[in-house]
Amino acid sequence: MKNAAANPDLSKFLVIGALLFIIGVAGVLTRRNIIVIFMSIELILNAANLNFIAFSRYLSTTGSANALAGQIFTVFVIVVAAAEAAIGLGIVIALYRNKETIWVDEIDLLKW
Amino acid sequence: MFKYIWLVPLLPLIGAAINGLFGRKLRFSERLIGGIAVGSVALAFLISVAAVYSYGFGGHPEWPKPYLTSQDGFSFNWIPGGAVSVNPRAEAAESPRFALLNIEWSYQLDPLSSIFMLIVTGVGLCIFVFATGYMHGETGFYRFFAYMGLFMFAMLVLVMGSNFLMMFVGWEGVGLCSYLLIGYYFDRQEAANASRKAFITNRVGDFGFALAIFGIIATFGSAQYVDVFNQAKSFPIELLGHWGILSWIALGLFIGACGKSAQLPLHVWLPDAMAGPTPVSALIHAATMVTAGLYMVTRTNVIFQHSQTMLLVVALVGAATAIFAATIGITQNDIKKVLAYSTVSQLGFMFMACGVGAFVIGIFHVMTHAFFKALMFLGAGSVIHGMHHEQDMRRMGGLKKYMPYTYWTFMAGWLAICGIIPFSGFWSKDEILWNAASTTHIPLGWIVWLVGTIAATCTAFYMTRLMAMTFWGRERFLEAPAGGEADEAHASAYDKGLAPHDAVAPSAGDRPRHEPGEHVGPVHEDATHHVASDGHGDHHGAHTPHESPASMWVPLAVLAVLATLGGLVGIGPAFRSLTGTEHPGGRVNIVNWLNPIIWNPATREFNAPEGAHEAAVPAETAHGETAAPPVAEGGAEGAAEAGHGSATAVYGDTGFNLAHAVENTTHSELATEWIFILISLVVAGIGMLLGALFYVWRPALAGIWSQRLRPLYIASYNKYWVDEFYGMAVTRRTMDLARAVFRFDSGLVDGIVNGLAWLSRQFSRIVGAVDKYFVDGLVNTVAAFIMRLMSPLFRAAQTGFTQNYALVMVLGLMIAVAVFFGRDILAVFQR
Repeated sequence: MKNAAANPDLSKFLVIGALLFIIGVAGVLTRRNIIVIFMSIELILNAANLNFIAFSRYLSTTGSANALAGQIFTVFVIVVAAAEAAIGLGIVIALYRNKETIWVDEIDLLKW
Repeated sequence: MFKYIWLVPLLPLIGAAINGLFGRKLRFSERLIGGIAVGSVALAFLISVAAVYSYGFGGHPEWPKPYLTSQDGFSFNWIPGGAVSVNPRAEAAESPRFALLNIEWSYQLDPLSSIFMLIVTGVGLCIFVFATGYMHGETGFYRFFAYMGLFMFAMLVLVMGSNFLMMFVGWEGVGLCSYLLIGYYFDRQEAANASRKAFITNRVGDFGFALAIFGIIATFGSAQYVDVFNQAKSFPIELLGHWGILSWIALGLFIGACGKSAQLPLHVWLPDAMAGPTPVSALIHAATMVTAGLYMVTRTNVIFQHSQTMLLVVALVGAATAIFAATIGITQNDIKKVLAYSTVSQLGFMFMACGVGAFVIGIFHVMTHAFFKALMFLGAGSVIHGMHHEQDMRRMGGLKKYMPYTYWTFMAGWLAICGIIPFSGFWSKDEILWNAASTTHIPLGWIVWLVGTIAATCTAFYMTRLMAMTFWGRERFLEAPAGGEADEAHASAYDKGLAPHDAVAPSAGDRPRHEPGEHVGPVHEDATHHVASDGHGDHHGAHTPHESPASMWVPLAVLAVLATLGGLVGIGPAFRSLTGTEHPGGRVNIVNWLNPIIWNPATREFNAPEGAHEAAVPAETAHGETAAPPVAEGGAEGAAEAGHGSATAVYGDTGFNLAHAVENTTHSELATEWIFILISLVVAGIGMLLGALFYVWRPALAGIWSQRLRPLYIASYNKYWVDEFYGMAVTRRTMDLARAVFRFDSGLVDGIVNGLAWLSRQFSRIVGAVDKYFVDGLVNTVAAFIMRLMSPLFRAAQTGFTQNYALVMVLGLMIAVAVFFGRDILAVFQR
């Protein structure tokens, strides 16, 4: 068995990823400020990234040929997150111009 | 040869079909149409002659049994009927309760039908030849001959049929053709009216005939003559006052005969029927169709002789008609009307003969009348043609030098109808009067004789008048304007300038397809310049009458020969001192020929041929009178005279008998008979002399006497107002009834129907209201309730708050994971 501290178990990384995911979801669902919601969305995406990296590290130690796929995928996700943030912020700007508010509970146009 | 009698009706039918179907389409020439028509009738005539000769004179054992074509298979099963219930009162032992009724289409050749076959085809042939000349130039030439051929077919079916239903088919067929031919000039109002009148009056008679046929079928279980008469002869005789089933049947038959043969009161159609072309009047209304009633009465003489009441009715109606029509004929001015009333009168004579039991003599008079009346009608046609369609005798006169053939042949007819010996009319008319005087079939024979004698006098008078006004005397057509009036009504209208010419005005005759201004109708040179005239106008001027072409006077000559010599087949027993026998000539003598179809009430059998005395057979006595030996009374009168002598015992005491009264004074039968002959000759001579007196020697007398007897003259001139009476009593009352029924129908029946419609509409309104308020209300309430219930719930979910939606998504995701991976996750924790 190798160093437990230098080579922690996969599950530890996955738990951290899960925790970050939960924090992100909670933020999306409960925060009023739309910018904070965006930040929470980034948190969710990065939690998914952590998952990818963890699996990539542990697949390489077990000798699988596709170990690098995780890391490559992570790069994709970062790019997509950035693009999505740009577009999202564009929508926020447009929404602010119409409704003059950043509090999401004031945007209830779909209410009956 | 008589196997082929079925060809006799068929040939004219084929000729008519060819002419009718192809005559116009293929544009047959007049020669072709006339050739087909005349040829078919001529062929039919030749076959008839050959058939009758081989049947009666060829030594063939068939005569006098009727020969039916079904014996050789030339027939077919026309109406395969079912069981018919037979009159339970029928006393003949062999008649069952039910009989199987099968009507076959087969022809019967027996003494009676053979005579009629020869008359119809022979006289018809003469008339057809005449018509080819008379109808020359008509646009409807083909139509005329098609209808005439159809008529020949129907008439031959009537006389040659072997059962009552074929007779009825022929009966109706000749009625139809009479309608078609009277209305030949269909665009003339009076022709259309006359043809309708003829058909409808005929129909009234047909009603009685049809009822009689039903009675015959119900009583005898068959419609075939041989079956019916074989059964009928054993029925009991119904004397005067006893009215039984046979009297009913005879009544129906006689009503039919009245309609067809123009007896009182159904005679009104015959004078009006003169609106048709003259050959039609000659063939249908003189020689053949009107004699169908006589044929029927003689064919069913068994039935008539069973009913003394009906015999009396027949004789009295015949006598009444004879005198009635004769008195009308005295005052008529249209030559065809005189001949028409003469026909009605002579038909009355024939029925008189049948009524007194001398059926053979009735048929004999049919034959001689066919000869001389057809002759006179064709002669009148020739006169009309020669006078350029003038029919009013007041504008004729002195035609004897212009139309010699017509004149001499007409004279033969005149002498025949007046009853001058040896012309044909004498033999038959004298026998009729003798039999009326000496009859033992019915009472009141002497009244029948007296009326007949007076009618004969009138006949001689008006026929002499006709001859005088037409052929002798002053030529009146040179002075008075000659018109062309088809009947008296128009004559007076024309005189007053109210109506234009009628007979000369072009009749379309056929469906006109002509250019405007093109002449339509008979092409007479003198007619053309009347098309342009204004109708009021001009008269013919003094056109010289001309003799008719050969196609017209040759048939006249043939008929004249027949009218002169035709009576010699019926030389009566009064001449037995000259001829040696009762009825000279053997089978050629009409009495000997026809005897086998006459039933003898004394022997209760049909007469044996050759006038053999059946006195030796004492048959069962008739119902309800004392038995008496049926020995022929006064032996010399054989059974040949329709069993008159032996009928004495059969019909009971018939009261005063003129002949017997005279015989009791003279004590010689021969003298008695000669007395009656002389009386009829004398009255004929008186009539002729009076006619000559009034119209040749002292023409002013006619005017003087018509003034002196003005009421009688007016009554006779107006035909005793019978038509007006019918119009008031029958026609207008029927129209009133029709109007009342119409009011009832439109008021009540239509009211009910409309009322039901109104009811339906109201009902639909109620249903509509129910639907609108109740049903729709229910639906709307339920829908609103559900909406009110559920709406807030669904609305509550739509917060518009995006994070709520995201929450729901996350919850859903958690549930999905739990569902899909729940077991695996739990398994991890259990390790």
